[in-house]
Amino acid sequence: MQLIGETLAALRGERIVFRNVSFEVAAGEALILHGPNGSGKTTLLRVIAGLLGILTGRLRLLDDDGKPLTDDRRDQAFHFISHQDAIRPQLRVHETLRFHAGILGAPLKNLDAALDAWGLAALATQSAGFLSAGQRRRLSLARLSLQKRKLWLLDEPTIALDAQSRAQLSIMCIEHLSHGGLIVAATHEPFLGDPKSLHLGPRE
Amino acid sequence: MRTFFALIRRDVTLGIRASGGAALSAAFFALIVVLAPLGLGPDMATLKSASPGLFWIAALLATLLGLERIVQPDVEDGTLDLLRLSPLPLEFVALAKIISHWLTSGLIITILAPALAPLLNLSLDAVPVLALSLLIGTPALSAIGAAAAALGASVQRGGMVLALLALPLNIPFLIFGSTAVAQAQTNTDPTQALTLLGACSLIAVVVGSIAAATSLRLNDD
Repeated sequence: MQLIGETLAALRGERIVFRNVSFEVAAGEALILHGPNGSGKTTLLRVIAGLLGILTGRLRLLDDDGKPLTDDRRDQAFHFISHQDAIRPQLRVHETLRFHAGILGAPLKNLDAALDAWGLAALATQSAGFLSAGQRRRLSLARLSLQKRKLWLLDEPTIALDAQSRAQLSIMCIEHLSHGGLIVAATHEPFLGDPKSLHLGPRE
Repeated sequence: MRTFFALIRRDVTLGIRASGGAALSAAFFALIVVLAPLGLGPDMATLKSASPGLFWIAALLATLLGLERIVQPDVEDGTLDLLRLSPLPLEFVALAKIISHWLTSGLIITILAPALAPLLNLSLDAVPVLALSLLIGTPALSAIGAAAAALGASVQRGGMVLALLALPLNIPFLIFGSTAVAQAQTNTDPTQALTLLGACSLIAVVVGSIAAATSLRLNDD
């Protein structure tokens, strides 16, 4: 799979947050988005996810044969982990993940494995309202393990995570890339050794 | 389809557990019915003639509660983003929200109403019609409320205010519903009013789903 953006510009409210942004991500590659606060990293991720329209330019998600994905297949091609984590304090951890699996259309048999992979098995019956910031983050990242999808869109994935969970995330990402996956991540910290990066906003 | 049921399951769970959910709706409904005789006085004939209207007004107000929790929080916490990316069309997302809201408000009210009927001196013959009218009429109240709440959430204003503004749309259901119960009480055939109520209710659920979905699409773009 391949993700290509050409001379993209996007509007947020009445302000153009970025313009003339071009990038290309091929199978097995990760693109790291850098830039100061408000430079449009989250906006770009939402644009790629199709949640926001673009002002100018062209965005294409191509399958292995180089054909653009149709709309319904497009939504099934990626995971979008934003910092709005869709976690309600009234639901237990396993109920939350079960709901996320339901929305994704992911098989329920992956549920326990996903909880295990992100160190949440012991917290499964706990109310999500009692989770720490890092645990909440792991719960939303656990969506990545519910279903195999080619493209991962990650917004500040390492935020609030402890050293061990960060290492875990890196291992997951490297494994994903080695299976021909794609990653676009917005972050302020070094991530995956910054293989390929895109700077948004003014340079300091 | 799995997304549809997962959403209903989660919304009903939230509706039961969240403050301002099912329990509040039921308590509010019961309170109006319990307090009405104290306000109207002890005259049994007055109570009897006022009871169909009172039951329906109580049902209408009780279903308004909880509307602000069905769409607005999903917009704020990113659940709506996930739903927009899911294979389920937004019309069905809206329908699932209407069903969940009805299960945690209208359905409970329907079950509760016959038990409260003696308090307002509703004649025994009219009790089944009261239950039936609430059963087929309250889904419409949830549907209109959900459409208003979705519109309110997408323009980032209090969903509750818009739900109140949409209140006039609920008036036909109030009229047909209470008429059917009053007719049953005076031994007139309520079939016509019930049929109209059912027909309007079906239309409201379909139109409400589409309207709510359209409002949800406005979000963000």
